[in-house]
Amino acid sequence: MQLLVDWFPFILFSGWSGMLIASALGVILARNPVHSVLFLVLCFVISAAIWLLLHAEFLAVALVLVYVGAVMVLLLFVVMMLDIKAERMREGLVRYAPFGVLVGLLLAAQLASVWWLRDSGMELLAQPQTPYFSEGNTRALGELLYTEHLYAFEIAGYILLLAIVGAITLTLRRRGGLRVQQVSEQVAVRPEDRVRLVKMKAERPE
Amino acid sequence: MTQILAEWLGFLPIEAVEALASLLAILALAVVVILCVAYTTWLERKVIGFMQLRQGPNRVGFRGLLQPFADVLKLLVKEIVIPGQANRWLFLTAPILALVPALAAWAVIPAFPGFAIADLDAGLLYLLSMTSLGIYGIILAGWASNSKYALLGAMRSAAQMVAYEIAMGFALVGVLMASGSLNLGEIVARQSGGMSQWFIWPLAPLFLVYFISGVAETNRAPFDVAEGESEIVAGFHVEYAGATFAMFFLAEYANMLLIATLTAVLFLGGWDSPFSGLIDPGLPVVGMLAAPGLFWLAAKTFVFLFVFLWLRATFPRYRYDQIMRLGWKVFIPVTLVWIGVEAVFSVLEIGPFA
Repeated sequence: MQLLVDWFPFILFSGWSGMLIASALGVILARNPVHSVLFLVLCFVISAAIWLLLHAEFLAVALVLVYVGAVMVLLLFVVMMLDIKAERMREGLVRYAPFGVLVGLLLAAQLASVWWLRDSGMELLAQPQTPYFSEGNTRALGELLYTEHLYAFEIAGYILLLAIVGAITLTLRRRGGLRVQQVSEQVAVRPEDRVRLVKMKAERPE
Repeated sequence: MTQILAEWLGFLPIEAVEALASLLAILALAVVVILCVAYTTWLERKVIGFMQLRQGPNRVGFRGLLQPFADVLKLLVKEIVIPGQANRWLFLTAPILALVPALAAWAVIPAFPGFAIADLDAGLLYLLSMTSLGIYGIILAGWASNSKYALLGAMRSAAQMVAYEIAMGFALVGVLMASGSLNLGEIVARQSGGMSQWFIWPLAPLFLVYFISGVAETNRAPFDVAEGESEIVAGFHVEYAGATFAMFFLAEYANMLLIATLTAVLFLGGWDSPFSGLIDPGLPVVGMLAAPGLFWLAAKTFVFLFVFLWLRATFPRYRYDQIMRLGWKVFIPVTLVWIGVEAVFSVLEIGPFA
């Protein structure tokens, strides 16, 4: 029993990692694009769970909030609306395969560099140490972001703002001849503008 | 509770006992939430009946008090119909995806002093992320049913929930600025000391935005275009019957209860008494009114729950473009302006920033 308790984090980690890899494969292997999107959602949720094992609760919750709660909802929305034929998407597979393999190898090399880092004598935290997060890791992150890394943080914010403005400018098109409701005009309307009271006798004059 | 369990189950390691204790706490909370949901349906029919000069349910049990159980039983024994062209697997997963976040969000609610199943430091963020997950159940239900009405309902509700989530998030940023913490327990503690300390006073516009966005998030009238009985039959859950429909129903009411509770926790001081600081707790009988406790949270939640039902009985359904206008062009600017006002408050040290 004690053994189970000691190994519990490891069991959780390996279980979640296995599920993460399986659902990542699901993203690229699922035949239905909606299923692919849902596998990607699962990937995000499991990564958040793995981050929780590292006591990185702010990052984990932010990942679920931003990616699962907002980005993926919109992606799902788009994928459902598009008429995607799986067969047509598979047409270019052989043509793009070399490029895909290259990107895959680059990513694998990046991940493998962790081994090199471990042996290079860089100061690493083997396990997250609780005192490090004594004041709560949301506060710790906030203090770092708004003091030491303020400029980087602000610049990242401006880049995102630019991206938003750019996306809106690219997709905004004004169509003429639309009957759009003018709420302010509706609210400001007075009875005199709309109703004409006509005074007349109740009987026809003889 | 952990100590009592540890004495009984001394042979287990302390971690296992802790896990068992939190499981029991989760079970207790879930049962209370589900019972409350059951009686919210009864209350809704009674309140709307009262407003429309009808009786409401009055046949099953005294004044219809057993009606919720009769309804549950009926829904559970009904046949689950799966449409022929539906995506079977997602069709059955969708109700679960709707219900689970609605219940999971309750984990961080401080029910009475010193109690919360998970005393998370990022509690407010956790809540936001859980409420934003509920949307998957609705979208998938609409898509997997392979029905035009269901898909239309799902699309409407997705756009609506994304729009109002932003206003809701900004309203929570306001609460965060006033309390200086993301931990719900601390937010309640910051508001202790009677009515005058509640965040509803300095954050009045955010309070309104939050509650109305909450009504929109739960797809309740007057924002119920996702269901729109008169236009798209029942929206995203047209094709659902029996137990699967019951899960959507449960999720909607659990969310309603959650929003009502959260409004009480974030803006009205949660479990703290409105009279603490006004009445000497040493007094006999009257002094009890000054004591904090679950009772106060329940009372405040009930007020907001009543407002939910009141709104439903009072207002006609919003038109879709009006909903979008209210969310994007009214609520978001209001919250942004008030966050600026709060910054001024905090420089001048007014209200909770003193």
